[in-house]
Amino acid sequence: MADNQVVEPQVLPPNPEKATLEGRNKFLGFWFFLGGETVLFGSLFGTYLGLRTSTEGGPGPSELFHLDLVFIMTMILLTSSLTSVFAIINMKRGNFNKLLIWMWATVALGVAFLSFEIYEFYDYYFNYGLGFTVSAFASSFYTLVGTHGAHVAFGVGWITTLLIRYRKAGITLANAPKFYTAVLYWHFIDVVWVFIFTVVYLLGAGG
Amino acid sequence: MANSSPAKKSVLWDWLTTVDHKKIGIMYFLAGLFFFAVAGLEAILMRIQLMFPEMSFLGEQTYNELLTMHGTTMLFLAAMPLFFGFMNFVVPLQIGARDVAFPFINSLGFWLFLFGGIILNVSWFTGGAPDAAWTSYVPLSSDSPGHGVDYYVMGLQVSGAGTLMSGINFLVTIVNMRAPGMSMMRMPLFTWSTFVTSMLILFAFPALTVGLLLLMLDRIFGGAFFDVAMGGNVVIWQHLFWIFGHPEVYILILPAFGIFSEVISTFAKKRLFGYSAMVFATLIIGFLGFMVWAHHMFTVGMGPVANAIFAVATMAIAVPTGIKIFNWLLTLWGGRIRFTVANLFALAFIPSFVMGGVTGVMLATSAANYQFHDTYFVVAHFHYVIIGGSVFGIFAGTFYWWPKMFGYRLSEAWGKWFFWLFLIGFHMTFFVQHFLGLMGMPRRVASYLDGQNLNDLNFISTMGAFFMGTAFILLVINVLISRKNTENTDDPWDGRTLEWATTSPVQEYNFAQTPLVRDLDALFYEKMNGDGRMKAAEPLGDIHMPNGSILPIFIALGLSIASFGVIYYSWPVIIGGLVVTFFTMMLRSVIEDHGYNIPVSEITGEKGEDK
Amino acid sequence: MAHVDPSAPLEGRPSKETERKLKRESRTQIVSFVFMIFITSTAFLTIASDAIPTGFAIPFILLLAAVQVVMQLYYFMHMNGKGTGWVNAMIWSGLFVAAMTVAALMLLIGIVKY
Repeated sequence: MADNQVVEPQVLPPNPEKATLEGRNKFLGFWFFLGGETVLFGSLFGTYLGLRTSTEGGPGPSELFHLDLVFIMTMILLTSSLTSVFAIINMKRGNFNKLLIWMWATVALGVAFLSFEIYEFYDYYFNYGLGFTVSAFASSFYTLVGTHGAHVAFGVGWITTLLIRYRKAGITLANAPKFYTAVLYWHFIDVVWVFIFTVVYLLGAGG
Repeated sequence: MANSSPAKKSVLWDWLTTVDHKKIGIMYFLAGLFFFAVAGLEAILMRIQLMFPEMSFLGEQTYNELLTMHGTTMLFLAAMPLFFGFMNFVVPLQIGARDVAFPFINSLGFWLFLFGGIILNVSWFTGGAPDAAWTSYVPLSSDSPGHGVDYYVMGLQVSGAGTLMSGINFLVTIVNMRAPGMSMMRMPLFTWSTFVTSMLILFAFPALTVGLLLLMLDRIFGGAFFDVAMGGNVVIWQHLFWIFGHPEVYILILPAFGIFSEVISTFAKKRLFGYSAMVFATLIIGFLGFMVWAHHMFTVGMGPVANAIFAVATMAIAVPTGIKIFNWLLTLWGGRIRFTVANLFALAFIPSFVMGGVTGVMLATSAANYQFHDTYFVVAHFHYVIIGGSVFGIFAGTFYWWPKMFGYRLSEAWGKWFFWLFLIGFHMTFFVQHFLGLMGMPRRVASYLDGQNLNDLNFISTMGAFFMGTAFILLVINVLISRKNTENTDDPWDGRTLEWATTSPVQEYNFAQTPLVRDLDALFYEKMNGDGRMKAAEPLGDIHMPNGSILPIFIALGLSIASFGVIYYSWPVIIGGLVVTFFTMMLRSVIEDHGYNIPVSEITGEKGEDK
Repeated sequence: MAHVDPSAPLEGRPSKETERKLKRESRTQIVSFVFMIFITSTAFLTIASDAIPTGFAIPFILLLAAVQVVMQLYYFMHMNGKGTGWVNAMIWSGLFVAAMTVAALMLLIGIVKY
């Protein structure tokens, strides 16, 4: 990248993710996208709630859901939210290595969560016979929880890409907004999970 | 990072890779016009079938396919892209911005729309188009044989993703990129209506995404959402569809309201009457748009209280709409009105749209709705609001902004022939359909029997459709023969808003210096209180522009391949397509492209040539 | 106009004031994390325990979920920060539309007439 212009050394601003117009645009645009995602998950929740009693003789929520497993998954995802918060604080402190470490921790927790979810689906399918096509309840359960799982998987892939791409770059005006929006996305996944464990699992097991 | 202009590229490559909002706007506009012609042709074929009782011009299956594709194409592939064309081209100019907030995503949104439209129309050649109407109610659509409805699902899913991206892009552009002094309450009404429209897109399209996802899972992967035997429920589709679908019709009308506000104020040579009331009416219409979806479902059996609530909420929309109508009339009152083609469409819109609004209130009366439901009365109503509102708005905008977009003025004489022919044809086609509906003719049926007093009105209606078709041909001729009218295109209408402060065609960077906005109707304020040119808000300097990119086409292409994989249920194709898409997205994330700078010398040089 | 290279690593440390702010922030976030763990456990215990009647448990855990989501949005995602007016407007609009969708799909699908 030949460049004959004088480049000024860049000093760390208090909010590097919002220091450029591109960063501010990304910040706002991503939040708006999350507003749309809220409606997307709202529609899936509505569908699930409308169909949750339609088990048609197949396995239903009260016999399927194991609260111990769901509790562990919830704690994992909640903790990953905290690690990503630490990553952003270290970004603002200018501590790039700690940013990387906390982000990798987030990815690891995300992978752990996904593993539990795959085990859970495997268990339902093989030990309880809850196939996707068994009943309207089964379809709506797998679609709601599966869409959330797909979001987690996408988030893991996204953050991993960023971590590999920027492993030696330091904090820059270009990558600070990218890390910040990825973390926003990660928190949003956690927000959706709060509703899933409450509305799907707790109400299913006890309600 | 590259700091000099990129080497000259071939014209085709330039358009395929462009991230310039003006070129994307023109592509949206032309693609929309193409699909408008296709869907119009489909309508004329249907009207020929209905010209006489028991005609056998089309088979019933073909009629159902034409009916479905006419509605779907007109809404998703014609009207919305035509508005997106104007929004892309005009909004950044109106707010004094050099670009949109996300040029890359803007381009991606366009290509997703285009590929979605292509997927949908490929179905004509692969054994039958979708045939379950644009609403695709289950179980008709979930049980429809063949692949037609699969094309509907995937085509709309792909183009819907593009629409959502464009919506977010407009929102952020309007919030973050306004020129100094351009406060929210100084924005032109078209920009305001774009803003509210984009909000509706943001919150309405996800519901469609989910609805289409469920339909896809049911049809292709054996899901049981809409299968009553498996505990499914068919009303869920109707709710999801209309939670999207009702805001969708406001997505179609609000930009037209914005265009009329600009056109009426310009050609009455008056500031828009009640600007802030207009803004708040737009916001209230946007809000109420989400509260009334179930009025499409009065006959489903939700119950009397639910029907009553939605009926009252629907009638409430007449209030902000009435505010707008009166404000336009009062803008015209005492103005020096010029009867240009753009203004003729705006003036014809007011009575036509009011008629559609009145039948809307009639339909909102839930008890009477049981009588009107699924008759031609409904068809007449929504064509009065969509043609009398949205399409008139598109044509007004076409004549109004054509000089800015294409650098020449459309002929006013040919335009007036076009206008009168279209107006007469429109009322001829649809006015009589009110009575056909009241006489009991059901909509979406391929024929009718002789001796039921339906013959004459149907014949008149078909004649009107021919008038509209002929009028559209006049518009195309006008576009072709007017190319020499290249003088006086910078500000041909004595414009009031910022887009008329630029040259025609507009420079790549829009404004050499970001303008300083001092009042509502920024340019007209300078014409009255300044020297007629915008004051600069910054010194002349290098201008930073984004580089073009071919990646959006590949992202859209990958999703299209995956869509065909879903339609024909082939996992390798699905995965292959998704790999293309995600790999291209990763490339986009990994390659840092900071664009290039246009040096001052080039800007002043170009400026010297123009003035 | 100075040219900024967005790919250049940012140098220097944040100001004393920013440091203080970040320290305060991380303390708040740890406290809110502990609180979230607490209310999550409470919600699980409410359902797991047979002693608590369902009529109380369901509204109670829904309330806990709402509290936790608001904490996520405002403390972890900083929706209480400066310049987040538009963010708040859009997220709450999204939640509003989502709530109406859920209500409609629970109540108005033709099983019970209202």
